[in-house]
Amino acid sequence: MKVLVAVKRVLDYNVKARVKSDGSGVDLANQKLSMNPFDEIACEEAVRLKEAGVATEIIAVSCGPAACQETLRSAMAIGADRGVLVESNDVLEPLAVAKLMQHVAAKEGVQVAIFGKQAIDDDAGQTGQMFGALMGWAQATFASKVKIEGGTATISREIDGGLETLQMKLPVVITTDLRLNEPRFITLPNIMKAKKKPLEVIKAADLGLDLAPRTATLRVEEPAARKAGIKVADVADLVKRLKDEAKVI
Amino acid sequence: MTTLIIAEHDGAAIKPATLNTIAAAVKIGAPVHVLVAGSGCAAAGQAAAAVAGVAKVLVADAAHYGDQLAENLAALVVQQVRADASCAHVLAPATAFGKNVLPRVAALLDSSQLSDVTAIESPDTFQRPFYAGNAVARVQSKDKVKVLSIRTTAFDPVAASGGSAAVESVAAAADLGLTQLVGREVVKLERPELTAASVIVSGGRGLGAADKFHGVLEPLADKLGAALGASRAAVDAGYAPNDYQVGQTGKIVAPQLYVAVGISGAIQHLAGMKDSKVIVAINKDAEAPIFQVADYGLVADLFQAVPELVLAL
Repeated sequence: MKVLVAVKRVLDYNVKARVKSDGSGVDLANQKLSMNPFDEIACEEAVRLKEAGVATEIIAVSCGPAACQETLRSAMAIGADRGVLVESNDVLEPLAVAKLMQHVAAKEGVQVAIFGKQAIDDDAGQTGQMFGALMGWAQATFASKVKIEGGTATISREIDGGLETLQMKLPVVITTDLRLNEPRFITLPNIMKAKKKPLEVIKAADLGLDLAPRTATLRVEEPAARKAGIKVADVADLVKRLKDEAKVI
Repeated sequence: MTTLIIAEHDGAAIKPATLNTIAAAVKIGAPVHVLVAGSGCAAAGQAAAAVAGVAKVLVADAAHYGDQLAENLAALVVQQVRADASCAHVLAPATAFGKNVLPRVAALLDSSQLSDVTAIESPDTFQRPFYAGNAVARVQSKDKVKVLSIRTTAFDPVAASGGSAAVESVAAAADLGLTQLVGREVVKLERPELTAASVIVSGGRGLGAADKFHGVLEPLADKLGAALGASRAAVDAGYAPNDYQVGQTGKIVAPQLYVAVGISGAIQHLAGMKDSKVIVAINKDAEAPIFQVADYGLVADLFQAVPELVLAL
């Protein structure tokens, strides 16, 4: 059984996004970019499926500029067997990425696709579900436990107030939540091994898909800053101010 | 034009998040239709009809909607959109429910989706935060049917009563039979729900252990009638369950009072709570970034300050 893992290159988790002064977007020049954290969890889960003898091959797929090859190498260092870059220098909305992933998944004949639940740059949280809709597959979003046995997936997922467990016949698209697993550290030997794994590049424009953005970004701004408050002297001072000044208790 | 809302409900009542979503829909200016899909959900349909600002309620009652699974719901929503040539917007709350279903709807309509919309400027122009709320985009949608998930904290809810919308039964779509619900484990909370609470007590890594998280924070939450929340660090460390998480990838909250205990204030956490009316931070590190957004900061050892606060309230 082949598994597709979708990986996105984003502004690093530890870097604060700065809005460009002309209001055209967020400044990514000379910033550290790395794999979306939820996609690392997706890679880790795929590798665990392979270690458990369920998956036979893991294909990491990224959509974007040539630099995403670096992200694919990270996925292969975690344990993906090969990488596919669907190359494009244009803005790709989640719908466009879902269409590109659909193309690769259909071509490769994968039975399981794992996406992060959300990318930490656009915060859209759409691509996995959109892919599921385009493929006509069952979906399990916000997964916290995945078990696949005899062509059936049993997946626990995070919902408001608790968990629910779903069961579906493959194929299935899964999106990862925080508690699914803890991605392994990437070791130097695995980085070296990843450099030798196959990486195929496909041009997005050659696929004949409607990838045009449906949304025009008119302006990007910093949010209104919150006024800095005061430091209170002690607990008694805090209680007095909450009662008399803020009137919230 | 009409605006279609996918109601989040439990069969008997409409969830509060749906009321915030209807408030956003009213701003678009077109008649608001609310789709209530479920099994034995007539009461929820009646409840939706009583909501202020709703023009029509569509009830789809069938066994395969009982578990609110995304595949069947999305197919039904698309069927409704196609049946109404004037439908120009589809909205759902940006909750675990809406986030699961809505992108599937968008893809089937070949529409983009705008997630976590915080302002409706016109029928085609909206605002939404991204990069953990460090940037806000004004965006214009060119899609024929615009699909929006609504950040509930950005819109005051409409009144749950006072309306008298017509209720119409609609035919169910075919059961796709892709997914079965095996079970749900929902913890019955004695406390208010996190996203609906007017007071939240939230804990971070400073608590140091799961038993301390609960032992220290619960008496304070009890005193204040508050919901309990947590930072991602506290969830990662196993001090609190995942659905307590407040932040960019957890829940977005905006209570009247947010008490952050032992939380340093990473940007990802601030993204989830900085719209709270009053923020109190208790942390022993005077340099912690949480103090930059707190209205009232108390630099103190939380293990002394919190019990003291419980006694003082």
